[in-house]
This record gives sequence, C-alpha cells and structure tokens, in this order.
Amino acid sequence: MKIKTLAILALSTAAALAQPAANGPLKPTAAVNAQPGAAATLITHARVYTVGPQGTLPDADVLIVGGKIAGVGANLSAAGAKVIDAHGKPVTPGLMVSWTQLGVLEIDLVSEGNDTTPNTAFEGAAFDVGDAVNPSSTLLPVARIRGITRSLTTPGDCGDVFCGTSAVIDLGLGPDLVDKREAGVVAVLEPTGGQGQKNSRPDIWAKFRETLDDAREYWAQRGGYRRPGGSRDQRSNRIDLEALGPVIQGREPLLVHVERAQTIRQIVAYAQANHIKLVILGGAEAWRVADVLAQAQVPVVIDSNRNLPANFGEIGSTLKNAALLDKAGVKFAFQPQYGAASHYARTITQIAGNAVANGLNWDHALAAITKNPAEIFGVDNYGTLEPGKDGDVVVWDGDPLEVTSAPTAVFIKGRQMPMVSRQTELRDRYRDLARKNPPLGYR
Amino acid sequence: MDRIKAMPAWGAAAIVIVTLALAWWLIPGLHQGGGKTEVADQFPSDDFPSTYKPRSSKTTLIKGATVLTGTDQEIANGDVLMQDGRIKQVGKNIAAPAGAVVIDGKGKFVTPGIIDIHSHLGVYPSPSNEAMSDGNEATKPVTAEVRAENSVWPQDPGFTRALAGGVTAMQILPGSANLIGGRSVVLKNVWARTTQEMKFPGAPYDVKMACGENPKRVYGEKGGPQTGMGNVAGYRAAFAKAESYRAGWRKYWKTKAGDPPDRDLGLETLALVLDKKIPVQMHCYRADQMATMIDVMKEFHFRIAAFHHAAEAYKIADLLKENDICAVMWADWWGFKMEAYDGIPENIAMVDHAGACATIHSDDELGIQRLNQEVAKAMAAGRRMGFPVSRAHAVAWMTRNPAKALGILKQTGTLESGKMADVVVWNRDPFSVYAQAQMVFVDGALLYDRGNPAISPRSDFELGQEDNAHTGGAGQ
Repeated sequence: MKIKTLAILALSTAAALAQPAANGPLKPTAAVNAQPGAAATLITHARVYTVGPQGTLPDADVLIVGGKIAGVGANLSAAGAKVIDAHGKPVTPGLMVSWTQLGVLEIDLVSEGNDTTPNTAFEGAAFDVGDAVNPSSTLLPVARIRGITRSLTTPGDCGDVFCGTSAVIDLGLGPDLVDKREAGVVAVLEPTGGQGQKNSRPDIWAKFRETLDDAREYWAQRGGYRRPGGSRDQRSNRIDLEALGPVIQGREPLLVHVERAQTIRQIVAYAQANHIKLVILGGAEAWRVADVLAQAQVPVVIDSNRNLPANFGEIGSTLKNAALLDKAGVKFAFQPQYGAASHYARTITQIAGNAVANGLNWDHALAAITKNPAEIFGVDNYGTLEPGKDGDVVVWDGDPLEVTSAPTAVFIKGRQMPMVSRQTELRDRYRDLARKNPPLGYR
Repeated sequence: MDRIKAMPAWGAAAIVIVTLALAWWLIPGLHQGGGKTEVADQFPSDDFPSTYKPRSSKTTLIKGATVLTGTDQEIANGDVLMQDGRIKQVGKNIAAPAGAVVIDGKGKFVTPGIIDIHSHLGVYPSPSNEAMSDGNEATKPVTAEVRAENSVWPQDPGFTRALAGGVTAMQILPGSANLIGGRSVVLKNVWARTTQEMKFPGAPYDVKMACGENPKRVYGEKGGPQTGMGNVAGYRAAFAKAESYRAGWRKYWKTKAGDPPDRDLGLETLALVLDKKIPVQMHCYRADQMATMIDVMKEFHFRIAAFHHAAEAYKIADLLKENDICAVMWADWWGFKMEAYDGIPENIAMVDHAGACATIHSDDELGIQRLNQEVAKAMAAGRRMGFPVSRAHAVAWMTRNPAKALGILKQTGTLESGKMADVVVWNRDPFSVYAQAQMVFVDGALLYDRGNPAISPRSDFELGQEDNAHTGGAGQ
C-alpha cells in the first residue's frame, strides 16, 4: 500500500517548497490535447493536497497549461495565465466516484432515460455502457459542481450473472466523455442485487464458471466458431464470449459484486487460479477477509456507511470497513451511496468523511476518491496533482470531506467548468417568491 | 433562557397520573374490559395503548458544553440538568445536586434528541426480505384501517443504529403504495420486547396518505387509480364515505334509536381525520400535487400536518406558510423518479427562509443515522445562497419542527425545563461530518454511550451472529 509513502512525503513539504523547479516545468508549454477553452490557469496560495509524491503543500500554487498540470509548487508564474487566488483554501485533484451509472442514467424509474442494464435474454458481458454515455445528462453538472470529475461508470446489477462492460468517463463538457473503455466487466455473484434475481449461490457459480469456460474455449479456437464441428454448443452469445476475452486474458478487470466474506474468499481463489484481474464491488464483509485481499492484492469498492445486516450475506456490515481494510493494506475506492450512486455522486465526500470519523486516516480517505480509483481502473493520466497529469483540479471553500464544504472552482482537463446545473437554475428561479417581476416562468 | 422555571418532579409525576386516569375513563376499551365493544359517544382513538415506561435514570448534569437548545439559542459554556427523566434546568453555572452524575461538556455539544418524522424502521426492517416486508398493505388503494404499529418488529437492528446517531423518537409510517395507507405510530427509540413498550406516551396518531406516482404504479394495472386525477378522486371518494359514516354514528349517538351502525375500522379512522383528531402526513413531491391536496383538505375540513418528501416545497413555500403545513424534506435526494427530478439542496433553507416549517427526514435506515449531517448540508446550502442560517436555528429542523409536525412539541423537541430529557451529547459540533453522538439520553436515561460497550443495545437478531459480534452494538 502506498499510504505509508504518502505520509512520509507529506513531511517533506518544506523541501518541495524550497525547490519548486524540481517539481515540473514552470514555463507554459504548447497545449497538448487541450479541450476547447482550456487556457493557462494559475491557482495561487492554496493548501495543495497533491495526493502524489509532493504530498500536501500548505501554501503552494498549481499551474494548469494546455489541459495538463504544468507545475505544483511555490511562486509559480506564467505569462497570460488566468490567476485564481485560493486564499489558503484547499486544492485537490478532481474527485472520482466508482461504481455509478453516471452518463447512462437520467431517472431510475423512467425506463426510456435509463441505459444501465442489459436485456439479459439478448446479452450480458457484451452490454457496454461506453456505447451510451450521454454528455447532456443533467446528473453530470450536478456532480461536477461538487468536485466530481471522473466516474467509473458500470452497468447496474441486472438480475443475471454477467451484467456488462464498464467505462471510465470524465464529467467535462463533452461531447466525448469516455476516457477508457473495457474498464471492467461486471459480474454479480450473490443474490443481493438485481430485481427478480431468483438464483442461489450455487446456481450463480455454475453459470459463472460455465460462461468463463466457454469464453476460454471460444478464444482458443476463435476462428473456428460456428464452423460445423468447430465448437460444441455454447449457451452464451458470441458477442458475450467476445467481450469476456480481455477478462480471461487478464487485460481487463472482472468487477465482482459480492458481499459475504466466504464468497469473497472463493472468488479470490478462483481469480488467482485462473489469472483474472479481480476487483470486488460491495464488499460489506470485506474487512473480515482483509488479509486474503491484501495478500492477493485485490482492491475493493465500498460504501462504508453501510452498517446494517441488510440480508444474510451482509451480517457483518460495519462503519469500520474502510479503516480495517486500510489497516490490512487493502487498496480501496469509495462508492457514493450504495444503490443510488449516480444522483448522489456528490455524497462521495460525506462517505469519505464518515470513514475518517470511524477511524480512517484523512489522507487515505482522500486517496480513495482520487488516486486509488485511478490506479484500480488504470486511468494513468489522472488521480494526483503532478506535472503531466490531466488538469482535473478543485478549489474548495473548506475541508473537502466536510459536509458543509463546496468547491469554488472546478477544472476538468484544464478547462474551468461553469458552476451551474439544472438545480442551480431551479434555485435561482424560485429564490424570491414575493418578487413579482419578471414572473417566475420568465426568470 | 438562562434560567427557566423548572417543573418540580412531583408536578411531572402528577401530570402523568392525571393523564393516565383520564385516559382510563375516556378511552373506550381501557376500562370496559373484554367482551363486546361498547362505543361511547365518540370514535375510539387508542386501541393499542402505550405501555412505555421511562428507563431508570440518574440525576445528570452536563457542564460547560455548547448547548443548542432547539429554540434558536446557542449557549456557550452551558449546562443542562436532567432529573427524574425531565429537563430540570438549562443555562449557565448550574450547581450539581447532591449525588448527581456530572459530565464534563468541555468541547462537546448538546442538542435535543433527534426526531425522525419519516421512518420505516420495524416495518421494513433489516434484514430486508419478503417475510419482513410489512410496510405496505398493497391490496387496495385505501387501507385506512391498518396501523403501522401492528407491523413494527421491535428487534429491527436499525433502531439501535439510529440511537447511536442521536435519534430519540421516530414516526413509523406505512409505505406510500396506497392513497390512504393507514395510521402511523410515534415511537421512543428504546430497546423493547413489544411495540407498545416503545409507543410515545400521549403522541397523537397520524394517517399516511400518498400523492403521485406510487399509487399509480401499484394499482395502474390492478383496477386503478391509474392517473393523477384517479388519485384525487380516490381521496375524495374515501372522505365522502367517511362523512356519511360519521353522520350515521352521530345520528345514533344523538337518538340511540335502533341498532348502532356497523363498525368500519377504515371509515372510523377517516372520521377521526375529519374530526381533526388524526392529522394527515401526506407523501407528495410536486408543488402542484401539494396545492391540490390543500384544496382537498379544505373541502373536507381535515388537517394536513406535513407534506413528506416535498421535493418541490421551495416552489410553494408561501402557500405552505399560509396553510401552516410543514414540509418534510431531504437535504439532497433527487432524480430517482420523475416527481423527484426538481429536488434541490437549497429546498429546506428556502422553505425555512420563507417562514414555513421546515423539517428533515430520512425515510432510510442509513440516513436516519446521520440526520445531523443532512441538516448540516441543508444549512450550508442556505448559507451559500445568502441566507444567514445559524446552527442554533438549523438544529430545529431535526428537533423542534418534527416535534411540532407530530404534535409532541409540548413533551420533547427542545431543551426546555419540564420536557422529557431526550438529549444528545456530541463529541464536537454536530454539523460536522466528523461528529459522533457520544451519549444519548431518552427520558433522562442513558441508553447509548459510545465510550462504554455495555451501554449499547443490541437486537435479538444480532445475537449469535458470529460476523457481527466484533464491532459493538448500536455504533456498529
């Protein structure tokens, strides 16, 4: 776990301040992959939580040029850059939420606005949220103005075993928000999730094994599929077996929704035996098998506010889940509100803050909503404030994990985001009911 | 509010005795024993009487804390004295009575116990499964005859977690599948074997009704209602029938001629609603739906105490104020269904700013554990739009205002002498994400102490569950 390194580096703040030049190029360079409107910006006098090798800098500047972080340190300057004085307030990387349906969900109970789950009679793993990310979703600005700049967007639990393929998206102005496709295939290994799921654990295991066995067989003789005598009958569709290729080859993680400690043990053993890159989603009882997860280096995505025995697979749910996983050296990322992670993406800071109240180190909590998910889901260009990384930067009006705090400025890939959403427009329309002109409907 | 005239302990005891005696004679069924129900000249109102008794308490003085009284006051370096289950005194430099337990409040905060006006603990308990799904009698759209108290499972572990979050009382409601879902029950958050032992003594009943999508979703393909207009016709038809029912009984009571009318439990409840003895707790998201329900209320002369969920309350805060109806809201829930699409984080602060009664609620077994944080978010949203919301004021959104909407403000909801000593000691400003309830008192009895695993209730369900034994009861 990198957490210990982080703490040590935080102590070396003074050295970092003394030698800003060592931290990256100060001179604005030509724009690289800049989004339209991504001009140079210099944020000054901030308490900078880099979540990277520079640790936390109590009074530093952040320079963003051409969509990228160009430098972090004291007394930076750049001709022509827009300057934002943070007045000592915190600056963090943009936050990343994991295991949401941001971009493919508008309203849960309105099916035509909802691209979250496959028609399982037709396909499973081949269902790919990357095909439907909607840059006009009103959920994106709502989350964005609260500092969320990235999401691991997954299919929802679908009532079957394989529910589809995930993508990492950014919450910028688009139109193309998909940063990484094939970010993980979701499998649900316990009867905890999807509506109408009638399968028991042995049913699910049987189907799970058969599907992955079929995928291996299919990929072993991919050209021969469908030829007479070329393959035995396989229950899965060709497209599903195709989509499982990167998973059985260890190139794309398998994201397994599982809560019970014993099932976690079993899937870890299966993944190790079959060379599958595993990420646990849910993990209500993950703390009970923290040593197993640490040993196998399997990361976990949790909402650590879950502390009730919601079913017989989650008897051990506790608020201390995050702190106990951290202590054991398990890498984890936070999901905002289990079951409602998309609309409530902005509660990710509250989840992290509560984990701190229940024993988690503050810096590690911030890492679990920035650097950790970036590493878990292989987003190399994001997650810390380091020269060369994307300019996802948030200026806060207070402790970023505090429920009373909010961002004052948000940058995604270097571009400053408008601090408006459908919700701010509703607020502004109705803020004064007594005022007669113009009438409400014209404001 | 330095010194409030304290009610002597014998005064409180006398009130309890008088109340019980009155109840004995006024409530049919209590003094009539078994056998055939004889109906007095009014509809019966409490058939499952509370058997709640305050747990044993010690005289306790919290000294030197920041006290948020729930009456818009913040007392720095303040003291709270609890005696005989009641708030005895709130102020500064209160002398400890002989033998009192003295708690050092330095750096700590004290608030009234949190009241969650919208919970389904016990009726949709943990674990959640079909066997325990007792919140909606979704067999027909009007089920005024059912009562949440007959569904509550007191062993729901959610009660213990809510206690660790500082919740001392809750309204447990039937769900919102039905136009008229049945009676709610107000509970004290105490571990008990029976629901009656939890029942808040003297709390009025309420009736749960629901606007909008849910009844349509449940009954649209099952005989209706299928539309908004079908919903409204359904409420009106039910109350029209209740009017006739009430008239029939009134006539009988007056003349005593012939046999009494047949007793109908649903219409009896609705007749009590018409008599304004049972207020309505109305699930409604949209502004237009709430306005329509205000008209239905006026047509049949009943009282809506509160609109629950009220995602669009901010659009009609003036109307709510004019009609003295509370809005019961979330801090930031929105968008999970069409009628919640316009929910905004400033809702609570905007309703409050307009002078209407604003209240937080959870409707959720996890959210109920953090209502202080939910209020904090709403307070911060208000401040960011320029409203000077103090924490002394915001605390009322989770204490005084829900007590008002439930008709129990005379007993609890603020730290004022003579009231039930429902009190929370926080380790820091409760409007911080890092704050935790350290001690929770219900009627002066210490029922949760974060620092003492022995003072932390555990439900029967959690005994012998190997996985659960590790972490420690209510604060798990």
